[in-house]
Parts: sequence; structure tokens; C-alpha cells
Amino acid sequence: MRHAGTLLFASMAFLSAAALPARADVVVYCSADEKMCRGLVTLFTKETGIRADMTRQSSGETYARIRAEKDNPRADVWWGGTGDPHLQAAEEGLLAEYKSPMLPKLRDWAVKQAERAAFQTVGVYMGALGYGYNSEELARKKLAAPKCWADLLKPEYKGEVQMADPNSSGTAYTMLATLVQLWGEEPAFDYLKKLHRNINDYTKSGAAPAQAAGKGETLVGVAFQHDVVMVALTGKRPLVTVSPCEGTGFEVGSMSLIKGGRNAADARRFYDWALGISAQVIMPEFGSFQVPSNSDVPVPKEAPDLSSIKLIDYDFARYGSSAERRRLLARWTNEVKGAAR
Amino acid sequence: MPIAARGWAVAFALAALSLPWYGHDSLWDAAASGEALPLAALAPGRPWLLPLLALPALALAAAWTDRPRLLVGIALAALAWLCAEGFAINHRGWTWSWIGPWIGALVGGTPTQPALGWGAVLYALAATMLAAAGLARQGWCRGDMFVFGSILLILGAILLFVFWPVMTVLISAVRDNNGAFAPGQFLEKFTDRSIWGLECLRGAGNCGAAWNTLALAVLVGVLSTLLGLAFALVAVRTGLPLKGPIRMLSLLPIITPPFVIGLALIIMFGRSGFVTIFLYETFDIPRSRWLYGWTGVTIAQLLAFTPIAFLVMVGVLQSVAPSLEEAAGTLRAGRWRIFRTVTWPLIRPGVANAFLIGFIESMADFGNPLMLGGSFNVLSTDIFFAVVGAAQDQGRAAVLGVVLLGFTMAAFTAQRLWVGTGSYTTVTGKGDGGVPPPLPLGLRAACYTAVLPWLALTVVVYAIVLGGGFVETIGRDHTPTWDHFLIAFGIDRGVGGWFLSGSAWNSFITTMQLSAISMPLTAALGLLTAWLLARQEFRGRAAFEFLTMMSFAIPGTVIGVSYILAFNTPPVELTGTGMILVIAFMFRNMPVGIRAGIASLSQIDKSLDEASLTLGARSFRTFRLVILPILRPAIIAAMIYSFVRAVTSVSAVIFLTTAEYQLATVYIVGRAEMSEYGVALAYSAVLIAVMVLALVAIRLLVGEQRIGRRAANTGATAPIGLAAS
Repeated sequence: MRHAGTLLFASMAFLSAAALPARADVVVYCSADEKMCRGLVTLFTKETGIRADMTRQSSGETYARIRAEKDNPRADVWWGGTGDPHLQAAEEGLLAEYKSPMLPKLRDWAVKQAERAAFQTVGVYMGALGYGYNSEELARKKLAAPKCWADLLKPEYKGEVQMADPNSSGTAYTMLATLVQLWGEEPAFDYLKKLHRNINDYTKSGAAPAQAAGKGETLVGVAFQHDVVMVALTGKRPLVTVSPCEGTGFEVGSMSLIKGGRNAADARRFYDWALGISAQVIMPEFGSFQVPSNSDVPVPKEAPDLSSIKLIDYDFARYGSSAERRRLLARWTNEVKGAAR
Repeated sequence: MPIAARGWAVAFALAALSLPWYGHDSLWDAAASGEALPLAALAPGRPWLLPLLALPALALAAAWTDRPRLLVGIALAALAWLCAEGFAINHRGWTWSWIGPWIGALVGGTPTQPALGWGAVLYALAATMLAAAGLARQGWCRGDMFVFGSILLILGAILLFVFWPVMTVLISAVRDNNGAFAPGQFLEKFTDRSIWGLECLRGAGNCGAAWNTLALAVLVGVLSTLLGLAFALVAVRTGLPLKGPIRMLSLLPIITPPFVIGLALIIMFGRSGFVTIFLYETFDIPRSRWLYGWTGVTIAQLLAFTPIAFLVMVGVLQSVAPSLEEAAGTLRAGRWRIFRTVTWPLIRPGVANAFLIGFIESMADFGNPLMLGGSFNVLSTDIFFAVVGAAQDQGRAAVLGVVLLGFTMAAFTAQRLWVGTGSYTTVTGKGDGGVPPPLPLGLRAACYTAVLPWLALTVVVYAIVLGGGFVETIGRDHTPTWDHFLIAFGIDRGVGGWFLSGSAWNSFITTMQLSAISMPLTAALGLLTAWLLARQEFRGRAAFEFLTMMSFAIPGTVIGVSYILAFNTPPVELTGTGMILVIAFMFRNMPVGIRAGIASLSQIDKSLDEASLTLGARSFRTFRLVILPILRPAIIAAMIYSFVRAVTSVSAVIFLTTAEYQLATVYIVGRAEMSEYGVALAYSAVLIAVMVLALVAIRLLVGEQRIGRRAANTGATAPIGLAAS
């Protein structure tokens, strides 16, 4: 008992040693990966002298958190992560409207993203959908390299393709919506039903298929191309990026100001800064190989060559809306996922 | 009135007069903000606080004039009004807009108030204790203020930190996405095919998440209990020289960040795992993805949860009085008969508890299904993705949460029925000089066949976990390197001297601090609750017990979201502080302390307590001087467990971490998501090493159980190993 008391005291002393939090000038929720997020806010503080606190979570987690905190918001800026949750948050009135003076400097798709949400969000980077294959596994199976969506239907890929479950992953939903826009709804579902026979797993997380392909746990993993590049480079895996020959969809990584944030002025400074050259040019250093939104910043050389990617004119307004999303997901769950292999 | 009651009455008054009533943003910041005024100074400007100010004066009078009934009335009125005004008025004005027109006219304008501070905390605490004192004075709980006060406090804490947040989430089961009341949606979501479908039985498609979860939990519960029992028998009742390693190794999995075991299994048995490749190249066994699905999840969960069953079983086995078994031997019972008719019935509460823990742990487990589940859907991951996934359906998450809670409740009831009301006491006031008989041969052989291969598997898994961070790329390039370690834990020398340059230091230090704080608090809370449940008779005990298990049964993700919903706005505002993490750890891990405590207590004869009480000691003194020393194994188990659970938990805290309070596991998962397995594994190895050191320290500090027992005649007295027996 004496010892337990000592222990209690020791831990209490420990508690008081845990310094009281000092207030930051701006609080950033970041939905890219840790290294990228950390690098971004460090650079911001270095260049502007404004202290920034950063918390990293996936875009779905951040959205859920901002929703839960809406009566007493804790964050000021939400940087990165796929655009759909940003648009949804804008629709629900969780975000603040802001027209940045940087808007004229941005690439087309970034401005369009802002217009779609009545300037409650803006594009910061773009990445195309595709898939990656493990070259060692391919050699072991002695197969020709796949180039198109259609190649994945070949019988020799049975049990070799992995994609995420669109019910839980924004990446997989982008694929579903892309195929519907590419070919029309009936042929797209026809394709997905045939693909179902070759799928080994519908993973929960959108990042998982690229990683599984990197480890050789599956031959092909459907993912955003920059994620495939990231696994190949930082994970040192024999992974090859494929941009499907029929054309493909893309995501617009976004940034938003949170309504009711406590440091609105500094948040806007961060917002403007993040759309500037110095913030966007560093992205490849941190393993982010997307296309930056500032038109003065060159596309990183490791990034998939945009000129070789056929991008579809992705209708974010229609396929981002809750009703259409729910309808497509229900149809996919009933007709594809539940079907026999 | 007893002196204690008068003391609480004084504290009640002090809370209103001297401590800051409001905390500005959180309890921590109270002193820093301008609002650091006590209730007495605030009340004139805020008329709704006046009743709260008047009550302590009345309470003092009631305590000194010995009027228990009045005292109870005052205390309950104080608590009720505190809750009512606290919930009605928040930082933006009226919480429910319809109140405004009704009362607004009386008060004038829209009143606002920030979150409650330390003054209010002490105020509520004192009011609770005064209510207990008053009721005890009238003869409730045999007039024992300590017992009654403890019950009220724990109940209050559980209502505040478990029941209320969980309800804020579950209520969304009957709401649509915009927050409107829609009971029809509940039925539609509840009967969904993805929950209850049975397609897998027909060989087509997947079964519903509910059936998957249930089947997996039963399988893991049974297997982990059997394995844990086998380990415990080998460790306690045989002369196997492997005792030390068994205790060491069986402890490792609980001190391992959850996803790491899954990763190690993939590196071994995945389609490109080295075992799989070896079998393929040597014996031409085709490579497959058998690991992904219920098979892999079961193996990973067994690796993770068997040690918990082991901890429970070893504690129980050591408390079984050998003289009973010896007596059976003297009566010519064979070894097998002794085991079946004496030993087994005595360890039954332990078995039931071990099963319950395995069952519930499996249902609440999140990391392993995420890593290895593939298309095998379970409730915990489904709930997570209902909240954060592309569908963003909080209503569905709540419905799934209801299903999960239902299962837990069922398991809990079944366990109670099975253990029943039999007597399991074997630690009595009398000395016990018996020697336990050796195990029946068949049983011993069965234990060895279960334990030895499992040990081997554990060794290999841990070789990967511990070594993986110190080679270039585990499974591909095994050149030794310090790179991963230095990225995480580098120390550099700069202009200002040495500094911590590694990217993991921040999260590492925070994790250790918060876990160390929560450890003794969790253990104390758990054991006190266990003692109340096992030793005290009071109405509603079963409901009380269920409430305590609730936070354990609900997946961490739901707890995390519910804590934001409940504690982001006044009256209780905790988000963004380290305290909310400590509280989340405490109430999430407390059930293990309770289970360990109950299992140990049900074996200790009540006559020990009664002897103490007869000699004039009050219940608090009895608890401190008689119960606690006997409970040492349970204390160690509870402390160790709450510490390592705090260090290794992910899902509950992923929504609660902030820039100041980063946690190790969240960092590790982030690295793994980026395919940087080297850094993730190196960090895990460091965490494991630190936790081993912590466990040794805890054991040295708390000491061992000292029940007079002679060693089993199968071998010499084994020094009790790491595993908190």
C-alpha cells in the first residue's frame, strides 16, 4: 500500500510535468500523410512566424470530427484529403466562405472545386485514379503487363485484383463513379460484375490495395496513382503505376476554412500561403506526388505523366451528391458484392 | 453526525467560496483565464447560480445539528440543480431553444456560461458524499458511509463518462443524417442484410457482420480460454523448465501495438510471406491468401488475447487451496478425478471471466480485422467505416453499436448464469499447508501439445516484430540498419546543445506520461468497483455491473466520437486536453481491473472481512488492511493491464488526439499506412522494451501475494515470473 501511494504520487508529479498547453495561432486539421502535414506546418511557421498546431487524420475521420465539434469548433483550417468530404461539409454548413486573392493563380480544376462549394473550399492538389501491379508477381506468373481497365477482366487475373469497398472508401467510390461516367451505368455495372470474379478482397481502406500489391499479397491493386508511386518509392517495392488506356477519373485534394474557428485571420493567412508557390513546391519532398494547384508550380517529375493520362470530365456535382451516391452504392452492394464468384 | 460528514460539508462550502467555478475552455485553463472566480463572486451576476450558493450554508447547519434527512435533501437538490442549469445554459445561451421564451423573460436577455471548473467538480463530489453520509446515517448500507459513498461516486462517474457519451451516439440510431427524429430508419437499418444476412451458409457471398462477429467472438473466447488455461497449468502445476519463458512470452502480445501482430503474420504467412514462399519453392505447395479472412483474424486475436486469459487463469490457479485437492487425494481420488471434481469447479469463475474477456475483446477488436479481415466483415470495423467511410452514416454506426451492445449483454448474462451462486472461496483465514497434486497425464500431454507450438509461433512473430525495425526492408532485404530507428528516435547536437530530433519523441513522451497517470487511477477504480460488486449487497447491483462493462464492449471508435459529442461543449468541456485521454483510458480499461478483482475476491472467504469488522475496523480499514494485501495479484494485473492498454490503444483515442497530445499508436498506424514498416516496427520494438521495464518496475513496487503455500511437488518453488501472478 505504501508503495502504491508512492506510485500515485510519482505519477501525479509526472502529470504536473506535462506542460500546460500553450495556445497556437492557428489550428490545422490535416488529412494528408503525417510527413507531408508536418513538413507543411513547419514551413508555414518558419516563413510567417505564425505558430500552427497540426492534427493528422484521414479525410473521413476529419470530417466526422468536424461534424462532432460543430457547436464548438476546435480547428481553423482543414488541409488536404479527397474533395468529396470537403464538399459534403460545405453542403452541411460546417465551412466558412472565403475568396482567396490567390484564386486567379490556380489551375482550372482547383477553381472549379471552389465554385462547386460556393467558395467554401478550394483545390490544392489533383491526382488521377489508376492501379498498380507488382512486377515480381507478374514475372512469376509470366503475364503480359496490364494497360487498360479491360485487361483486369482477363481470366488469368482470377483472384489477383484487389480494390476497396466503395461503401467505406472514397477511392473505390471514385472508381465506381468514373466507370459509370466513362461507359454509362449499365456497361459499368456489367464490367464490375465481371471484375468481381477476379477480385480477391474488397478492403475497407482505400490505401490498402496499393500496399497489398507492394507486398505482393495481390498482383493488382486499384488506387490513386500518386499513392501507388508513394508505396513504390517510400516502401521500396517493385510496384508499377498504370494509367488505364480507356481514361480515368481523378480526385481534387481540397482545403477549407472551418466555420466558427477561433483564429479566423491567421487561418486566412495560412489558406493564402498554402495556395502559394513555396507551400506547393515542397510536396514531392514529403512523398506527395500529386499535381499542385498553383499554376506556377511545376508537376513533380516522379508524378505520373499527366500528358499520358486520359482524364474524364468528372462530374463532381452529380456524383458527389448524397442521393446519387447512395443509389450507386446500394446498386453495387446488391448486384456486385453479393454476387457469387 | 460523524466527523467525515462534517468534513464534507465544509468542503462543500469551500467549493462554492474559494475555488474557480468555471474553467474557460477546459479544467486546465481555469487559472489562466479571467473567469477564475468562485461561485460566491459569480452568483450576483448570474441569478440561476444563487440556489447553488445557498445550499452549502444549509448543509453546514444540517451536518452540525445532525439532521440526516435534511442533509440528503440538500445534497440531492444541489446535484439536480447543478445538472439542470449546467445542461440548460451553455456557452452560446439556451441549449434548448424552446426554453428561451419561457424563462428568458424572467432572467432577461440570453444567459451564457462557460464549462465547469474545479470548484464545480469539488462541489459535485462533496454533494454526493453528503448524500451518502445522510443516507448511511439513516441505516442504508448498514450505515457504512464509505461503501455507500463509493457506490454513488462510481455510479456518478460511470453515468457521466460512459453512459451519457454512449447515449449521445446511440440516440442517433433513431435520427436521420440531419438530426431529425426518424424511428422508421432504425428498423430499416437494423434489419439490413449486411448485418444479419446468412448467404455464406449457402456458399454464396458473405454473411452479415453480426453473425461474423458472434462466431468469431465465440471461437476466440473458447480457444483463448483453453489456451490460457493450458498455459496457466503448465506454468503453475508442472515442472517444465520453460516456466520463465512462458510467462515472458505470454505477456508480450498485450504489450504489442495491435496492428503489429497482423503485420508479422502477413510477413510470415501472407501470399508473399517467407514461410509461404519457402513451402512453394521447396514442396511446391501453391501459394494462397488463406490468411485473409476469419482465419487470420482468429490467429491474430488468439495471439493477442490468450495472454489475458492466462493472467486471469494463473491468478485463480494460484489461489486454489491445495489442501482441498490433497484431501481428495487422501480419499483415494485419482488425479483426473481430483482435477475434474475439485480443481475444475474451483477455477470455474476464472474460466468464465477469461471467456467473457476473450469474447468481448474479440468483438471490440479493431486493428486485427482491419489488417487481416479482407472481405470478412465484423461490427467494429463496420462501425468505424460507417462513421468515417464514404457513406458517412452515423445512424448506421449507432444501429451496429446497439447490436454489439446486445451481444455483450447476452454474454454477460450467460456468464452470470453459468458461474451462478456457488461458493468458490478457498483463501480462508486458516493457514493452508497442502501441496497440489500433479496433473493427470492426459491433461498434461494436451497442455504441452497446445502450449509448445504456440510458444514457437509467438517466438517467431516476436523475432519479426523486434527485429523488423532494424533491417532494411523486412522480408526482402535483411541488411542490418539503424536508419529506421534514428528517424524515430534520433538525438542530434545543434547550436543549443543536444536535442531530440527524432520524429517519434513527442508522441512517445506524451504516451508514457498519460499512460502512467491513468495506470494507478484505472486500477484503483477497477478494484474498488470489484470489491463493491463482490462484497456488498445493494439493490441494482446487476445493472451497476452491466454499466461498468459497457465501455469495454463498445468499439473504441464509437467511444472516441461519443466523447467529442459529449465533452466538446459546456457544462463538461474536456476535448483537446490530456485529461480526456486519461479519462478515456480509465473508463475503457477499468473493466479488466473489475474482472480480475472479482475473480480473486470470489475465492477469498468473507470470514476474513468479517473478522476484521468484528474487531471493530470499519469497511475502509478492512479494505485497506485485509482485502488489498490479498488482492496483490489482481492489483498487479490491473495496473499492468491498464498501463499497456493505454500505451497500445488506437481506436478510442484516434479522435481525441490533438497537436499537443500525439500518441504513439496513432503515429505507428500513420507510418504503416505510408508503407514505412521499418519505422513502425522500430517504434513498436522500443515501446515493447519500455513496457517490459515498466512491468518489472510495477512488480517490484507492488510486491507479490504472500499466501502461505508450499510448492507443488512437481518441482521447486518457481520464482514468480514477469507475469503478474
